[in-house]
Amino acid sequence: MIATGVGRRATLRQELIGLGGIVERNVYLVKRYFLWDVAFMVWTIANTLTIVFIARAVHLPPARENELATKLLVGAVIWAFLGIIFEFVTETVAWERWEGTIEYTFMAPLSRTTHLFGQGAFAVLYGLIRATILFFVVAAFIGIHIPNANFGAAIALLAIASISFMGIGMMTSVLPLISPEKGAQLGFVAQGMMLAVSGVYYPVSVMPDWMQAIATISPATYALRGCRASIVDGAGLAWTNVWPLLVIAVVAIPVGLAVFMRGERYAKKHGKLKRSG
Amino acid sequence: MSTLATPRFLQPSVRRDVAAVQVHDLTKEFRRRDRKAGRFTGRRRMPALKQVTFTVARGECVAILGQNGSGKSTLVRLLSTLLINDGGEARIFGHDAFRETRQIRKLVNRVSVEASFFKKMSAAENLSYAARFYGMPPSQTRHMIPEILERVGFPSDRRREAMENLSRGMQQKVALARALLTSPVLLLLDEPTTGLDPRSKLEVQDFIRDVRETHDATILLCTHDMAEAEALSDRVGLLDRGELLFLEPTADVKKRYGVQTLEEAFFAATGRAFEEEHDEDDEYREVFG
Repeated sequence: MIATGVGRRATLRQELIGLGGIVERNVYLVKRYFLWDVAFMVWTIANTLTIVFIARAVHLPPARENELATKLLVGAVIWAFLGIIFEFVTETVAWERWEGTIEYTFMAPLSRTTHLFGQGAFAVLYGLIRATILFFVVAAFIGIHIPNANFGAAIALLAIASISFMGIGMMTSVLPLISPEKGAQLGFVAQGMMLAVSGVYYPVSVMPDWMQAIATISPATYALRGCRASIVDGAGLAWTNVWPLLVIAVVAIPVGLAVFMRGERYAKKHGKLKRSG
Repeated sequence: MSTLATPRFLQPSVRRDVAAVQVHDLTKEFRRRDRKAGRFTGRRRMPALKQVTFTVARGECVAILGQNGSGKSTLVRLLSTLLINDGGEARIFGHDAFRETRQIRKLVNRVSVEASFFKKMSAAENLSYAARFYGMPPSQTRHMIPEILERVGFPSDRRREAMENLSRGMQQKVALARALLTSPVLLLLDEPTTGLDPRSKLEVQDFIRDVRETHDATILLCTHDMAEAEALSDRVGLLDRGELLFLEPTADVKKRYGVQTLEEAFFAATGRAFEEEHDEDDEYREVFG
């Protein structure tokens, strides 16, 4: 029993060090690609401005215009945040295949769970930093007034939603394993579809019934609804948004891991791990 | 070498009563769309390894010779848990290579023909994160990485330089350092000197000899360089189109075929010259293996 306990502690220690290694590697890469990141940030800000300026064009009373601009901004920021998480998790395979390191990562004694969580944990941290910068830069540029905003509740909800996003990202990250040529692009398709049904720039109620039905199982629906309520109305963390996110997370994480491991097995069976394309 | 050894709590248990590598009837095939048969036809089975059987003793250095597409890389990938077999079995220090992958991964490391690094990151950064995957904390690698880079002859002032600025020879030294950093008891070397200039090639070969002398490692060297195989290994095997034709000490191979060189032995065993052009099937095996 003692030996087993010591063995488990050693394994846990190794896994935690490995998780740190994934984060460490991504920090190195962000440092090395810093200017590229700055360029991407400028592009994201410009892109978000093109959306938020729509609020000015519809000629509403100032208070309504401010509310619409804030809602559009929240949608754009969550799109960007989700984009980062999907990019990092989905590109777990594609990126390493591009660099040629994938075989070394896959032959290391690191569990796939730790590997994917490490990638997801960094994505959430990095995505939150970028989303925060994006939000405040655009809000300042447009001149949005949000005196009642409850940022703490919005960030907490986003953090909870991130667990579900990671689970779905794990499912899509298997795509480059199965299809080296088209897999990464299919990940972006999944991200776009998830946001389209979740009311990214419009209420879910304006969509056809079948899309609304899909929206109920999308974590982005609850993240968008809750964050808008917190930023616009100053609402706290609402259980009506939290519990669906927790349920989706509880389902999405194990399913995501299982799907990835099955994909890994398929790739190893058919010799698709190494191929570049 | 003792300063570079992994601490005991990270060391996997290695059975001393079994061979380092036991491969029995190992078979692997890939399926590939048949170009000649047209776009809408089925896939063709392409055997990469055909019932390969051999054993490597602990501490031994065995070289597997073969042309491009002979199945060498497929063999290395199977032993390093990167491919799943279609038949037969492989055991590393008694562990099933396809079922006990976590134990195997603690025991094995590999150097391949491509150096395979994040090219914008430096040598030190690449080694640092790779070591974490093996459970080595920063307190351990802080001293180990400079030591091991020095040991492979990597200039210390270039440690922080991006990999993309390093020569192929330098990158391969970092690849050797990465493999040795985790103190593997089985080192799989897949064409480690291919594409290197003569000086770098000699340096890498010297390093392999040094590892053998100072490190408790078993080495499986896959190469198409016959001189390298003869110089570094205890036994030489010949893998031809997925079949292992022999695995013996070089002197026994020459004696068996009544020849003076391994090139002549290859010709005697296969009826082809070693440098002869390989066919389309070999090309498929090379791409997938």
